[in-house]
Amino acid sequence: MLCDNCKKREATIHITKYIDDKKTELYLCEKCARETGHLNDNDGFTFQNLITGILNPDFNDLNKIKESTMECNNCGLTYEKFKRNGKMGCTECYSKFENRLNPLMKKIHGSESHIGKVPQSEKNHLDVKKDIEELQAKMEKVIEDENFERAAQLRDEICELEKKIGSE
Amino acid sequence: MFNDENISLSSWIKQKGSEDDIILSSRIRLARNLKELPFPGQSNRKQMDQVVSIIKNIMLKKKIKVAGQSYKFNYIEIKKKTPLQRMMFVEKNLSSPDFAQNGYGKTLFFDQSEELSIMVNEEDHLRIQVLLPGLEIKRAWVIADAMDDLIESKTEYAFSKKWGYLSACPTNLGTGLRASVMVHIPALNLSSNMTRLFEVVGKLGLTVRGIYGEGSESAGNIYQISNQITLGKKEGDIIENLESVIRHVIKQEKNAREKLYKNRPVFIKDKIMRAYGQLKHAYSISTNEAMELLSYVKLGREMDIIKEKEISPLLLKRLFIIIRPAHLQSLIGEKIDTSARDIKRAELIQTEINRKGGQI
Repeated sequence: MLCDNCKKREATIHITKYIDDKKTELYLCEKCARETGHLNDNDGFTFQNLITGILNPDFNDLNKIKESTMECNNCGLTYEKFKRNGKMGCTECYSKFENRLNPLMKKIHGSESHIGKVPQSEKNHLDVKKDIEELQAKMEKVIEDENFERAAQLRDEICELEKKIGSE
Repeated sequence: MFNDENISLSSWIKQKGSEDDIILSSRIRLARNLKELPFPGQSNRKQMDQVVSIIKNIMLKKKIKVAGQSYKFNYIEIKKKTPLQRMMFVEKNLSSPDFAQNGYGKTLFFDQSEELSIMVNEEDHLRIQVLLPGLEIKRAWVIADAMDDLIESKTEYAFSKKWGYLSACPTNLGTGLRASVMVHIPALNLSSNMTRLFEVVGKLGLTVRGIYGEGSESAGNIYQISNQITLGKKEGDIIENLESVIRHVIKQEKNAREKLYKNRPVFIKDKIMRAYGQLKHAYSISTNEAMELLSYVKLGREMDIIKEKEISPLLLKRLFIIIRPAHLQSLIGEKIDTSARDIKRAELIQTEINRKGGQI
């Protein structure tokens, strides 16, 4: 198909416009699209751009200086780089930049916390923690009853469980 | 002339599905990262290799049982493939356009039917994907969920209690879930209700994209509708919400078809028969034009305006894919320029209709 404008070159760009629900279509070649202002390399709307847009309000200078020195100790991602390309570098980045991320999440998702699926290992973790709490309650009770032998057993069980989930 | 052995089509293209007059495919994608390694954007080559080898150890078994089904996986390294081969994965929606760009460490695992696949070292370590024909978004989730459990049982994911599954891009944070349905809605498009549809869908936390996902254009009246929000919602609710909107879209499209037939019979019959004629007799045809004509022929077949039974839904779905540039050139077996392609495309469509239809 030929370009609607110059009628010489092959049309490679298809533009659909809606004005008051009325649809108009244009087939243009790249050159004409640029010349008529329909093609601009910088106006691509992507979520990336949206994020960097949200992250780049006009901060005052002090904030800017503070920000420019922020960096994740684990992967080396700087806040500057995150602002530029909108991508986190590793698990640790999320703790490092947590304060900055809260408002961003609110803007993107309208929420700051996850309520969906939880990995089994994490669930086990939670289950073990619950078990520990129950054992601790039991232990306090047997100590009150001066059953120290049982208390020692319970203490060892608690230690075992704590080892299982790593010391926290 | 056109060698079928040069291409392999996914089961979502070859098989029928529910509501497949309007729904082409259902897709679930989960973004996952491994806890101990930096995300691909901050990784060095050794770390990317590590991710690949962890996933190889999990996936390359004789058989893997996922949600009661047996799968056998293969893998390809993107950098070892030609641009044409890579582009074919994009055209059948197995790879994102970004992932198909040459780059170190990018590896695609997929089963024989290509319904279950994993992109490794995309912007996240893992992108688990399930692609099914028709409206099967719930079943797709069950499979993806089970695959996710299996991988998680053998490695540790980057996860935080507060933020859920951690992804490179904050837009995927939380569930890491993108559920999307590919819809073919020519009658709605002709009735110019699209802007309203986009608005309504947007208000419900969903978004409409082109055929290859974010930033891509629509062609052939095909759109992808998917959830936008991934944090602060449960997976089940995201899927439920999407499915109910899709059911509404199906209803609207059906209404629009009826109205067109009732109110503008000459317009719609002429549009469809002209499209059919052009497809059967054109000498040169671009991808977008072919997609649009195929769209009207599909509509015509479904509205019983085109009567030839051989113009089957599966033939049309197949054509929607194999006329795209990489598939077309692979069928021919060589790289050719756009104008030569357009001529071959017209020839391909006619060969396919003749072979399957024999009605010209």
